[in-house]
Amino acid sequence: MKTKILLAALSLYTTVSLAQKLKGSDTVLPLAQKEAEGFMKTNKAARVTVTGGGSGVGIASLIDATTDIAMSSRKIKMGEKIKLSDAGKASKETIIAYDALAIVVHPSNPVSQLTREQMEGIFTGKIKNWKEVGGSDMAIVVYSRESSSGTYEFFKEKVLNNKNYASSVLSMPATGSIIQSISQTKGAIGYVGFAYVEKEVKALKVSFDKGKTYTAPSLVTAKDKTYPIVRPLFYYYLTTVEKNVKPFVDFCLSAEGQKIVEDVGYVPLTK
Amino acid sequence: MLSSTVTSLTVLLIVVFLFKEGVGVFDKTAMEEGFVIAINKNNPVDKLSSEQIKNIYDQKIISWEEVGGKKDSIFLFRVDDISNFYTDEQIGENFEMLPYRLSSLVDSFPGVIAFFPEKYLDKNFKGKKLEADKVTLAEFFGGEEWFPTAHPSAQLGVKPLILGTLWVSLGAILLALPLALAAAIYMSEIAKERVRRIMKPLIELLAGIPSVVYGFFGLVVIVPLIQSTFGVAVGETGLAGSIILGIMALPTIITISEDAMRNTPRAMKEASLALGASKWQTIYRVVIPHSISGISAGAILGIGRAIGETMAVLMVTGNAAVIPHGILEPMRTIPATIAAELGEAPNGGLHYKALFALGCVLFIITLFLNLTVEFISNRKKAHKH
Repeated sequence: MKTKILLAALSLYTTVSLAQKLKGSDTVLPLAQKEAEGFMKTNKAARVTVTGGGSGVGIASLIDATTDIAMSSRKIKMGEKIKLSDAGKASKETIIAYDALAIVVHPSNPVSQLTREQMEGIFTGKIKNWKEVGGSDMAIVVYSRESSSGTYEFFKEKVLNNKNYASSVLSMPATGSIIQSISQTKGAIGYVGFAYVEKEVKALKVSFDKGKTYTAPSLVTAKDKTYPIVRPLFYYYLTTVEKNVKPFVDFCLSAEGQKIVEDVGYVPLTK
Repeated sequence: MLSSTVTSLTVLLIVVFLFKEGVGVFDKTAMEEGFVIAINKNNPVDKLSSEQIKNIYDQKIISWEEVGGKKDSIFLFRVDDISNFYTDEQIGENFEMLPYRLSSLVDSFPGVIAFFPEKYLDKNFKGKKLEADKVTLAEFFGGEEWFPTAHPSAQLGVKPLILGTLWVSLGAILLALPLALAAAIYMSEIAKERVRRIMKPLIELLAGIPSVVYGFFGLVVIVPLIQSTFGVAVGETGLAGSIILGIMALPTIITISEDAMRNTPRAMKEASLALGASKWQTIYRVVIPHSISGISAGAILGIGRAIGETMAVLMVTGNAAVIPHGILEPMRTIPATIAAELGEAPNGGLHYKALFALGCVLFIITLFLNLTVEFISNRKKAHKH
């Protein structure tokens, strides 16, 4: 009888240790959900729960140990790192996929390509009319994501050369509303994850070498790195639980896991 | 008794929590935690405001002369740029040489302004470290720029947000009040009982529609409509928010003012009619004055709802944090800011506290409105006796 209880307790313990929680970025969320489904299919005993809330929420929960893995669409910030080390913890970072950002405009807009300098001018408010970049005489309406999203931060670093957005930029709560707004505003421009580009909006070719070559966003150009606006997506976990989360992280990095990345619309890692 | 105690305690707890977190913003510096800004030791500049730091890093200020220094151009340096000056070997594998390199770099360029993590600050640092000031009340309420995540120095001016909130709410009440009053008068005085019985639940149904549905309706229907009617470049304007909020405030105002109007004693109305007043004269000389406190209470509760509304506004007003000059401009409201940004703000950091402080501002505005309701209905009671 005693051994039976012990066995039951033991088996309970192993299932508990295989259970893991992921929390954080809403960009990574759909990918992590699919990865979790795939992982649980091959690994019957495992329980993976995925919740969103934002990169900041994920990393905050990592610090107070209410999640095992924090999903993030931005790199961990200095302040957060300091908090982690104050709590006597260390985290490990894994890039699990890449996400390409497409610059989109209204389909009727005659402009089909922009250089990085032109985009910087548009998003920082120096260029206000489409005719300054070879389009028709029409005011430019700039749509951006909320200042706290990882996408906003990444776009600022990569395209705006770390300058701040103009304060007249319209900020939208979600990628879906950016697409909706751009599809109904003639002079609009904005940026969205490549997976979200639909035919209601037009994706522009971009140039990061002052106009010598222009590249259109696609899975191929993102993979071979000719498309410049590509950002990494991260998992962060504490070194103390590494053994516990390793199987799942490894699954995400495996060939099978990377195939899921492509299915969801993100860019798989290249070896 | 017990339940009311529990409720009051809960409210008190929430308020205490809100203010505890919110006041914390004035205890922080606008600089990102764990970073320092340093300049050359021969530079006469001792202090930079957070606005100046932002403009320097946005390359809007390019000479030290503009911030009270010498006639020398500003040389921007971020820690990532270090690889342009030193090889990996010179920095060291684990950055062990980085503090020393940073120190000599700052020393050798007279116009430099360097931004780097505090842990790489050399013990015998040869430059001058700029002290960051705490966020002040004047900066918080008087600042005109809201860039809570800006590097290296956040901008926390809430003026555009407060003004945006007030503009949208004011517009909403201007649209809703006449409509709601007309509906209330019709239902309480003119409509037949059968019509009233159908209409009242229908109007109350408006209150039951989830706000995100209103927001979606606004984004897809009202925003393009405003764009084509007024010929503006952007449809996401304060007006779109006002229209949506106006519709959302309707049921509150209608229900409360209709109840107040129906409470007008029958004898008063009949006396008025018997004196030869027409139905319309009776309505605006007897019914409305008698129920004015109920109507104003309804209007103020309606504004209260409009000010606190988040999701619908977030979707339709465009959320640009600029000081609005008219209703046909994009605006950003306080609740929308909190909802959109809290999820990604690092816990306990400056941005997080600033959002709580915004919550406090919102709380004070609605508290003020509720006290006004209280005052108006009390005055009415005193008047009667």
